[in-house]
Amino acid sequence: MTHDPTMTHDLLKVEGLRKYFPVKGSPRKVHAVEDVSLRLRHGETLGVVGESGCGKSTLGRVILRLLAPTEGRIWLDGVDVAGLGPRQLRAARRDMQLIFQDVYASLDKRQKVGQIIAEPLTVHGVGDRKARRERVMELLGMVGLEPSAADQYPHEFSGGQRQRIGIARAIALSPKLVVADEPVSALDVSIQSQILNLLVDLRKQLGLSYLFISHDMAVVEHICNRVAVMYLGQIVETAPVEDLFSGPRHPYTRALLAAIPRPDLRRRRGERPLLHGEPPNPETPPPGCRFHPRCPQAMAVCRSTAPPEYSAEGAGRFHGVKCHLYG
Amino acid sequence: MTGKETPAPAETVLAVRDLTVGFATETGAVRAVESVGFTLRRGRILGLVGESGCGKSVTAMAVMRLLPTPPAFVESGRILFDDEDLLTFPENRMRTVRGNRIGMIFQEPMTSLNPCFTVGFQIGEVLRFHRGMNRDAARDRTVEVMEGVGIGAAGSRVDQYPHQLSGGLRQRVMIAMALACDPRLLIADEPTTALDVTVQAQILNLLAQLQERLDMSVLLITHDLGVVAESCDHVAVMYAGRIVESAPVEDLFTRPAHPYTYGLMSAIPRLGRRSEYLPTIAGMVPSLDHRPVGQCYFAERCPRAGERCFREIPPLTSRRENHECACWNPHDA
Repeated sequence: MTHDPTMTHDLLKVEGLRKYFPVKGSPRKVHAVEDVSLRLRHGETLGVVGESGCGKSTLGRVILRLLAPTEGRIWLDGVDVAGLGPRQLRAARRDMQLIFQDVYASLDKRQKVGQIIAEPLTVHGVGDRKARRERVMELLGMVGLEPSAADQYPHEFSGGQRQRIGIARAIALSPKLVVADEPVSALDVSIQSQILNLLVDLRKQLGLSYLFISHDMAVVEHICNRVAVMYLGQIVETAPVEDLFSGPRHPYTRALLAAIPRPDLRRRRGERPLLHGEPPNPETPPPGCRFHPRCPQAMAVCRSTAPPEYSAEGAGRFHGVKCHLYG
Repeated sequence: MTGKETPAPAETVLAVRDLTVGFATETGAVRAVESVGFTLRRGRILGLVGESGCGKSVTAMAVMRLLPTPPAFVESGRILFDDEDLLTFPENRMRTVRGNRIGMIFQEPMTSLNPCFTVGFQIGEVLRFHRGMNRDAARDRTVEVMEGVGIGAAGSRVDQYPHQLSGGLRQRVMIAMALACDPRLLIADEPTTALDVTVQAQILNLLAQLQERLDMSVLLITHDLGVVAESCDHVAVMYAGRIVESAPVEDLFTRPAHPYTYGLMSAIPRLGRRSEYLPTIAGMVPSLDHRPVGQCYFAERCPRAGERCFREIPPLTSRRENHECACWNPHDA
């Protein structure tokens, strides 16, 4: 194992990550993740936002090594996860867990809840049967479920309760990093807030760090410290949450924020600024800046040259933006 | 629009009265919709909001007479469309209403379109059936309607199949199909829920423009309070099969009266308002077969519930102009 000495405060550091998928019967490849670099500090929640197909879920899965990266480095607490062999990877998995969006498909309906939550403990050989049972009871309490839940089946629970079960499983091994992939998107609003509050509680209690993947900007603003905005496989803007929401720089981020219907009556129908078209096919990303065909501020240079990440620093904090407007 | 200059209230297009819909199940009948009533006037947009299972879609399907019977059955009520009760229509007459005087858009454009036929054929079918147009006339009109809903290169897209189109374009095709016959009423069930926000914005804008241009009435079913705030004139909030509050949109957002509406509005994270914890509504919606009897369905979760709430079902009563609420202890009392 190699260690990166510069990583003192970062729990996760990703550099130059790429993930391409082959296309059946074609020499082309889907460029799902294209040269992504990011950092996640201990105890921090980093939001990854973007629309469907932007590569945010693929990014989360590559970081967890559920998918092999095509290129790039992933450091988790000093360990180069991208270069690990199968045995070492299995051991490293204790430190990184996933919370899923689909609370129906992600729980085995034939297993009792107690078994589902204990599975990571069993797989990693933690404790004996009795100790695991005790740990399951403790975890149920932490996520706000009754001890009796251990002997019930997933179908006996509502969507919100199922997500609590999924969360209990994810934290069973006391991981350092939790990737939460749209953890509240499938839930009703009154349940969403309960789950978001639970995630905040657990972060504080257990010192977790979250990579929080979501398409919902309001949820991201609520729960995250920093945000990375993705478009067509690339991170186009990164900033502390306050800076991103009060002063979005990238034209895409601006459009995304403007498009959200807000429950505050300040804007009425037909008054919203519009982004034209839809994201292009990631098999054939446009040359230059990937956003230029939809960008209201596109210049000649945007059509030919991909913008590097410029620093739009404000108040001494890093605010990165991949856009020629800031060059 | 002439409708806006006339002082008299616009005519009523749809009036649902005391609608109760049940479903027969193996363990007995359950009620998905109970005593629901609302009025939709010409050129207005009425929002029906609530969380999953609250009965909003069943209400819409009942209006269209699209519920499979059995297991569904309308226990009581009237659905007055242009003063005629749709529930008394025989099926063959109902077929002349659906897709013609009442258009409908569903949430999932991929499953609502037939993958085996071109989109032009599917839009044209509505015109051939309802307007008796021949193929050429239907095709010309189809291209026109497609252009009207903002589909670029409609002349060539008309011959494409649903899978060749993006999600946003498919939803535009659905809208074109629903509007091909200039309906008086459009029922839109979560029309933008499956779409990305930037595309959702395009579709919401389009619906607003079309609604105004055609002076159409819209029944908009959604779970998204943001969509409601931007789109609707009047809102009815549903909970566990009943309407718990009904008000003009401004009034509902500035002065929610029912504790459920109030809780819902506090529970959503809002841009620009950060706090560590969100207010929550305790517990969860009672399931269809476990609804409490003879009491307010929200009482168990309600922070304002008193003794009466567990003894008597609160009726929907008028609080101020056009603002009704079904609660024994509302927020503005």
